[in-house]
Amino acid sequence: MAYSDKVLDHYNNPRNVGTLDKNNPNVGTGMVGAPECGDVMRLQIKVNEDTQIIEDAKFKTFGCGSAIASSSLATEWLKGKTVDQALELKNTEIVNELSLPPVKIHCSVLAEDAIHAAIHDYKAKQVSREAPAETEPARA
Amino acid sequence: MKTPIYMDYHATTPVDPRVLDAMLPYFTGKFGNAASRNHGYGWEAEKAVDNARKQIADLIGANSKEIIFTSGATESNNLAIKGVAEMYAERGNHIITSAIEHKAVLDTCKRLEKQGFRVTYLPVQKDGRIDLQMLEEAITDKTILITIMYANNEIGVLQPVAEIGKLAHARKILFHSDAVQAVGKVPVNVATDGIDLLSMSAHKIYGPKGVGALYVRRKGPRVQIVAQMDGGGHERGMRSGTLNVPGIVGLGKACEVANADMPEESRRLSFLRDKLKDGILRELDEVYINGSLEHRLPHNLNISFAYVEGESLLMGIDDIAVSSGSACTSATLEPSYVLKALGVGEDLAHTSIRFGLGRFNTEEESDYVLRRVVEVVRRLRDLSPLYDMAKEGIDLSKISWAAH
Repeated sequence: MAYSDKVLDHYNNPRNVGTLDKNNPNVGTGMVGAPECGDVMRLQIKVNEDTQIIEDAKFKTFGCGSAIASSSLATEWLKGKTVDQALELKNTEIVNELSLPPVKIHCSVLAEDAIHAAIHDYKAKQVSREAPAETEPARA
Repeated sequence: MKTPIYMDYHATTPVDPRVLDAMLPYFTGKFGNAASRNHGYGWEAEKAVDNARKQIADLIGANSKEIIFTSGATESNNLAIKGVAEMYAERGNHIITSAIEHKAVLDTCKRLEKQGFRVTYLPVQKDGRIDLQMLEEAITDKTILITIMYANNEIGVLQPVAEIGKLAHARKILFHSDAVQAVGKVPVNVATDGIDLLSMSAHKIYGPKGVGALYVRRKGPRVQIVAQMDGGGHERGMRSGTLNVPGIVGLGKACEVANADMPEESRRLSFLRDKLKDGILRELDEVYINGSLEHRLPHNLNISFAYVEGESLLMGIDDIAVSSGSACTSATLEPSYVLKALGVGEDLAHTSIRFGLGRFNTEEESDYVLRRVVEVVRRLRDLSPLYDMAKEGIDLSKISWAAH
């Protein structure tokens, strides 16, 4: 299987690898996928609560090169966007940017799911700021 | 040292220069049809084919007359299983095989099921070997054939072939073995192993692609098969088609070389394999060897690197040619059915890599492979949320993952 140059670039130089404090009320964590399916993405965003702008984004991914590239690209795109703008991101934009072949489209879908899960988690935390969640969610 | 490094010898092997040299005259000057009985060209070709038959027979403890040439092991497996099923259908309609056979055996059995045969797919134990007790219990008075591979192509595990042969003969059942991965690598002897039909291929033993053989026992018992292709009645009526003389010469020479070099080669390869294995186990935590180490081909290593997806690992070691049991590398998007049959969880099946060492690998190469694998696994684990969680002491099996 031949990989596009952009997939190779993200695989070899993944952007924004890491972990944010999941207990911070301004951090939203999304974890999607399953080990038995061969890919799990954890994507985290840190939101400025005044501007609603995503100031930082981090990821870690277990999966094929395209899954790693999709999540790396997603973190790159998320930074500087508002939460609402981030919700507009579509998996097809990832497919186009990385030139993913049809068998790898699910990687981009997973990245979109991870973005939504992270934003959902952040919003849930904002609603219940008095009682932050203490368990790590694994959402699709 | 040149890269890429080829370490996928279970998939195929390059033609040995000694084999190529033996073949070359039969493409041009000695191009005769081995079936031409009335001139020198034909006699010359027939002589070369007879010589190859002898070289093959010598490697597996057979008689020259028991070797039938085919296009490869897929055809040999089809011919053996369908040929026996058709010939002995009146005696019974039951076939026993194992869950980890090559698709050329499994799919042939599935087709026979559609035609009214009953097939038992024996499970394997955690070490990849069948349970002889279960085999014995699976036998019925309708069983006409047991087909169990000699060595598995993914995990290199050797089956208790001689015991299976004994069991089969005691019950007057024919025993076919797909020995593609074993012939030329470990001692195979159809007499002491009690094998009645055996499939082999040239390109797995440093011969050319497109040629293989089927051993068909002639005495004790005399095995008959129904030809699966109609034509000129070549190969004692079992396999029609003009003989691929250069290919056959290559297969013969490959067998001769393998026979002569086997003791030294298997010692050398098992040393390199063990050095690679020990290095990986020393440098990395949470790696798991799939299948028995004791009953195994000397050149095979199949390892799961937990928390690192196989395809991404292959992508990282892009100057090394190996293969993965990961779904992402297969057309079906399902992880290896062989590993599944061993009870390896799908999560670990996705992280497996098969190393197949071979004749042309050097110690320098296998040391390089070790360094690269360790480096890339560490890098990808730094990127893996699962490794993070495991290090935090989270039990991944307790998490309700959202499967997709």
